Amino acid sequence: MNGTPTPSAALPKPPRKLKHLLTLVLVILLLWGSAHRIEASFGRLFKGLPNMWDLIAEMFPPKWTYFDNVVQPMLDTIRMAIAGTTLGAIVAVPIAVLAASNMVRSPWIYQFFRIVLNLLRTVPDLLLAALFVAIFGLGMIPGILALAVFSVGLIAKLTYESLETIDRGPMEAMTSVGANKLQLILFSVVPQMIPYFISYVLYTLEINVRAAAVLGLVGAGGIGLYYEKTLGFLEYDKTNAIILFTLAIVLAVDYLSTKLREKLL
Amino acid sequence: MIELRNVSKIYPNGTKGLNNINLTFGKGEFVVVVGLSGAGKSTLLRSINRLHEISEGDIRIQGQSITAAKGVQLRRIRRGIGMVFQSFNLVKRSSVLRNVLAGRVGYHSTLRTLFGFPKHDVELALQALGRVNIAEKAYTRADQLSGGQQQRVAIARVLAQEAQIILADEPVASLDPLTTKQVMDDLQRINQELGITTIVNLHYIDLAREYATRIVGLRAGEVVFDGPVSEATDERFAEIYGRPIQRDELLEVAQP
Repeated sequence: MNGTPTPSAALPKPPRKLKHLLTLVLVILLLWGSAHRIEASFGRLFKGLPNMWDLIAEMFPPKWTYFDNVVQPMLDTIRMAIAGTTLGAIVAVPIAVLAASNMVRSPWIYQFFRIVLNLLRTVPDLLLAALFVAIFGLGMIPGILALAVFSVGLIAKLTYESLETIDRGPMEAMTSVGANKLQLILFSVVPQMIPYFISYVLYTLEINVRAAAVLGLVGAGGIGLYYEKTLGFLEYDKTNAIILFTLAIVLAVDYLSTKLREKLL
Repeated sequence: MIELRNVSKIYPNGTKGLNNINLTFGKGEFVVVVGLSGAGKSTLLRSINRLHEISEGDIRIQGQSITAAKGVQLRRIRRGIGMVFQSFNLVKRSSVLRNVLAGRVGYHSTLRTLFGFPKHDVELALQALGRVNIAEKAYTRADQLSGGQQQRVAIARVLAQEAQIILADEPVASLDPLTTKQVMDDLQRINQELGITTIVNLHYIDLAREYATRIVGLRAGEVVFDGPVSEATDERFAEIYGRPIQRDELLEVAQP
């Protein structure tokens, strides 16, 4: 500022590169170690290449006429995703409130609900579906329930995390006008949360459409059943038709949901 | 109307926010509380409607102890005390009207407020907006308004609340000089026309002299001045602040 150069000793030294280097070494070690333990090797990958090629060759051309058979199950898949997401979204609302530390005073309560949410998200959806199939039998109901449980875990977690960052001012104002706890939530929390919540529900719907497509593998309804059928009969051209169909649906849902979410936030 | 008896507040970390405060505010007074930041102005105001809990003493609002009140009773007392905040505390995504109507929730059950307000309340809210001259903004989103306008919406919320007392915690601290005047004028007009007891925390001492009927000076959580504006001379202010008045404590000088 005053024209005299600062002595070089006073200049801050750049951070040392050693830490990055050690991280890289650690990652490589972990990768190599893991591959070794599960007996993965490039040799086997190369041996499998011709098989892979055969499979792809059999997949083409896709059997487009098979579409007629799978339109209904595909619609069912989307319906399952919508029903499961909606059900999960409804249940997620009170749980998100109970898991947010600025809504509930007692750490015992919000920590409990957080653990529940973590548990819900740890169980893979296919396993959930298999469990529900065992309870309710084959069909769409177990699929819907599996997606609903998964949705609760995801939506409630995302919601409570943004719930904790909302502006406290309006909450204080509602306390000062003599509102009770529910009115406070209704007038100061809900209007702040609605765009986020809808965005999370749409995001979960995207994921659920993809998940619903494979739930049929364990008998939980939807297009997944047809994957299993066609694969079982080695009709790879049909499988390919379903894959492309699923891809188109997933892309469409993703596009719509992304556009909607852009508008919201 | 408002009585504070032997009120002390000690924060969990041991600092004394308020130290044995005894004050009585009468109906229709326009009181301005002055003092350095950290003197306990905000703590005092927030103790009156119990946004902050006090450690000792008793605060009575129209004869009822808010310190001892619980549940419905506490909410009833709070309903009669409107509060205006430095940061307006509006829900930015909601319409102006909805923000003002929020002032009415204390009069209704949760279910009633869930399914919309009675016509009477909507009229009341629009009248309140009219009183602060922004009725035409009723259906605008709150975040589309300027700071001064947002603060007037917050004042309208207090009016719709039909409060007998208004507490204003640094209501103009985030406004420019022109809108500061407008907001202070609104508060003064409401005080004079409706006879609402008004207590305002202010940083600028010239503003305090211009609007107050009574000035309370706080220093380190204690009342060091309490009297009419005529007695609040520069020398007395210097005592309140514990040092001579500085230029940035005068609105006219600090922001020409």
